[in-house]
Amino acid sequence: MTVGQFNTWFEVLRFGLAIFIAFAISFIIMSFSTDSPFAAIGNLFIGPMTSVRRFSTVLETMIPLTFAGLAVNVMFKANQFNLAAEGALFMGALMSAIIAIYMPGPPIMVIIAGMIAAGIVGSLVCAIPGILKIKWNCSEMVISLMLNYVMLYFGTYIFNQVARDPDSAYKASYTFREGVNLGNIIPRTRLHAGIFIVAVFVILTYIFMFKTKWGYKLRVTGSNIHFAKCAGISVAGVIMSSQLIGGFIAGVGGSTEMLGMYSRFQWSSLPGYGFDGVILNILAKENPAYVPVAAFFVAYLRIGADYMYKQSDVAAEIVAIIEGLVIVLVAATAFLSKFRHKMTTKVSKNLLEAGGAR
Amino acid sequence: MDEKVILKVENIWKVYPNGIVANKNVNFEVHKGEIHALIGENGAGKSTLMKILFGIEMPEEGRIILNGEEVKIENSKKAISLGIGMVHQHFMLVDSLTIAENIVLGNEPKKYGLFMNKAQMLKQAKECSEKYNFNINVGDKIEDVSVGVKQKTEILKALVRGAKVLILDEPTAVLTPQETKELFVELNTLKKQGHTIIFISHKLNEIMEICDRVTIMRHGTTVDTSFIKDTSPQDISNKMVGREIVLHVDKKPAKPGEVCLEARDIVYVNSIGKKALDGVNLKLRKGEILSVAGVEGNGQSELAAVLTGMIKPVGGSLKVLGKEIEEFEPAVLRKNKLTYIPEDRMTNGCAAKLSIIDNMFTDKIESFLKKNNVFIDKKKMKEQAEFLVKDFSVLCGSINHQVQMLSGGNIQKVVAARELTEDAEIIIAEQPTRGIDAGASELIRRKIVEFRDRGAAILLVSADLNEVLELSDSTIVMHNGKVNAYFKDTSKLTEEELGYYMLGVKKQTEKEVNAIL
Repeated sequence: MTVGQFNTWFEVLRFGLAIFIAFAISFIIMSFSTDSPFAAIGNLFIGPMTSVRRFSTVLETMIPLTFAGLAVNVMFKANQFNLAAEGALFMGALMSAIIAIYMPGPPIMVIIAGMIAAGIVGSLVCAIPGILKIKWNCSEMVISLMLNYVMLYFGTYIFNQVARDPDSAYKASYTFREGVNLGNIIPRTRLHAGIFIVAVFVILTYIFMFKTKWGYKLRVTGSNIHFAKCAGISVAGVIMSSQLIGGFIAGVGGSTEMLGMYSRFQWSSLPGYGFDGVILNILAKENPAYVPVAAFFVAYLRIGADYMYKQSDVAAEIVAIIEGLVIVLVAATAFLSKFRHKMTTKVSKNLLEAGGAR
Repeated sequence: MDEKVILKVENIWKVYPNGIVANKNVNFEVHKGEIHALIGENGAGKSTLMKILFGIEMPEEGRIILNGEEVKIENSKKAISLGIGMVHQHFMLVDSLTIAENIVLGNEPKKYGLFMNKAQMLKQAKECSEKYNFNINVGDKIEDVSVGVKQKTEILKALVRGAKVLILDEPTAVLTPQETKELFVELNTLKKQGHTIIFISHKLNEIMEICDRVTIMRHGTTVDTSFIKDTSPQDISNKMVGREIVLHVDKKPAKPGEVCLEARDIVYVNSIGKKALDGVNLKLRKGEILSVAGVEGNGQSELAAVLTGMIKPVGGSLKVLGKEIEEFEPAVLRKNKLTYIPEDRMTNGCAAKLSIIDNMFTDKIESFLKKNNVFIDKKKMKEQAEFLVKDFSVLCGSINHQVQMLSGGNIQKVVAARELTEDAEIIIAEQPTRGIDAGASELIRRKIVEFRDRGAAILLVSADLNEVLELSDSTIVMHNGKVNAYFKDTSKLTEEELGYYMLGVKKQTEKEVNAIL
């Protein structure tokens, strides 16, 4: 066995073990708060499968999560810890809502225009930390975190000025124009055509990242910026375009969620998908192909939790604990590192003794 | 147990998480009250060994014996309490505090157990600096003082904490010659007061001057320890590189053609304000290998960095293939058919986490595209990568493996395979064979000659004298940021002769040097 083979094997083992330990700890916590922990954890696992409606809810939840995951992925791949996907998603949703209210013409055109406009707005939002990073070496993380709140209140201001319905009993915009929504692909569920749009984006992101020259340059830059520069890649351009693309995906994601699930804009706080996007990338090891898988995992857990909560006396918050534990264990590079180190030492020494001076 | 021995390590093994074996079975002994040199090529394992002694790294196997007792050094705090101090190459000081504050940091004298006693602190620091004859003003802020003074502060910091064994990691690398002299006086004072010093350096002449004994490391193990008075620089350098026989490269005489790179009056000032390049002139001709020799830190790496656009000179001009270069950017120079094998392969030479195939064509990805100019032609890339892996005999499981899984020599082969590309006309090769095994070195040297014969111009920056003498057609020697000698025909040059120029003992006249132009 070489060091490389051992590492692959080790990663799979570690991931499985992380999930197992997370559930085991959660089970212990659950058993404190309920008399029937087995029934509760059973509900958590099988809950989402108990009806078509519930399973479709998992898929609905997956859509914005996946968009956010992809957006964050493109930005992270350039080694930029830009968290503005949150603000971009929020502004994208608002932009497409405004278009859905006011733009005349056939609904399909309104939807397309809304999505493109949302994407552009998202790009602009994510570009801000990028520009500041390149120009003045500001920490993109701090800037983007703050920027999200700027976007929330800026968006709320615009919402109040142009879209708020004064006759609505709660804080909401005017309703979208007749027919401006992403339809319904399974009767009696809320699953909408956004699932196809997100699938297209997963494929496009994957192709972009691994098949095009831009994706290649992005990966090299993110992996080692000094090397990229030395090889003649324009690193500032690469970083900037990756933030624009990530922002675009986030914006489209916001618009898909808005036009798929709502008939009025009614967000008065940040939806949190941008941060979920970070979680997904930790679980997916920053591979866009695994982002939907991670999104499914998280969505499934959340819907399962909801079911568990309704069926038993366990609080739904327990899922936040499981989620947190899995992520901590997956992200903790030191988890099992002693074991890993011992094995690496053994493998390397064996290789040395075998005369393979590798 | 020998009374003289203060510190002894036995059979130390250290394996890093990436599988690199940095120390294998290291044995090392330091006598009380001596200055003990530790010398070895980059990557020979010196720094790792010192990190182990200072508790920054833990060895997998082996024993450390201090004053006759076995000790376990889990962290630096433990090391300090055992009387081991270390001065890192990169200073660990708080810039905004004064020298005195830095010295007492961590055990400041207190007033009423709560407030700092400034007067007491200054007094302590002053007494300490006087005791060891360190001529510094302890009230100065670190950000206002020179590198030499910063280093003295570091040494004092260690001494105040009761260091009996002091580890200095390449202390002279950042110093001017005057500062170095001063440091040596101080080290001798410390020695007289009974301190033991471990002195890590690349510079043979310094070791000969100040040290009592020398231990040589090679490929992660200690190969030899001897008294300075019983050894010679040649002896040390032979043991360090481990090649008793001078390497031999088969090559035909060079046929230098037209000039393809011309640098005029290149001046570069580094971050500590030193003129690292002080008016360098050179001309590089097609079909010729021009080597740049010199003791490390005399401007060779800065020269390579300027010529490849990695750093921008403050003065001077550069002409490549007859064209004046306006912008010192790697992209611009690469467009002019200049390629670069960088010294630090892990920082500038590869993206370690990407696959071998992804590392092979980074500079010329544009020529691996399908007709639409967007998508990468994976098939072409794969064919070419497989060809190169074979051509450069890269030992790897698959071209899809991460570069970081390869050994140093094989990583270097990947770098060389990328940079020694067909249409390269100028190749800047910086330490192309440093720290890699003999087989890989030989292959890379052979490839370089092959490219010369094809009409490429090669600038070889190397600290390996054997390599300079065997591989190059002409040689320039750098000393203190200047070219101080030019030899049109390297084959007429001997190692001793080269050594004199490298150390600045001999110097050519300006006319002789400018014969290159």
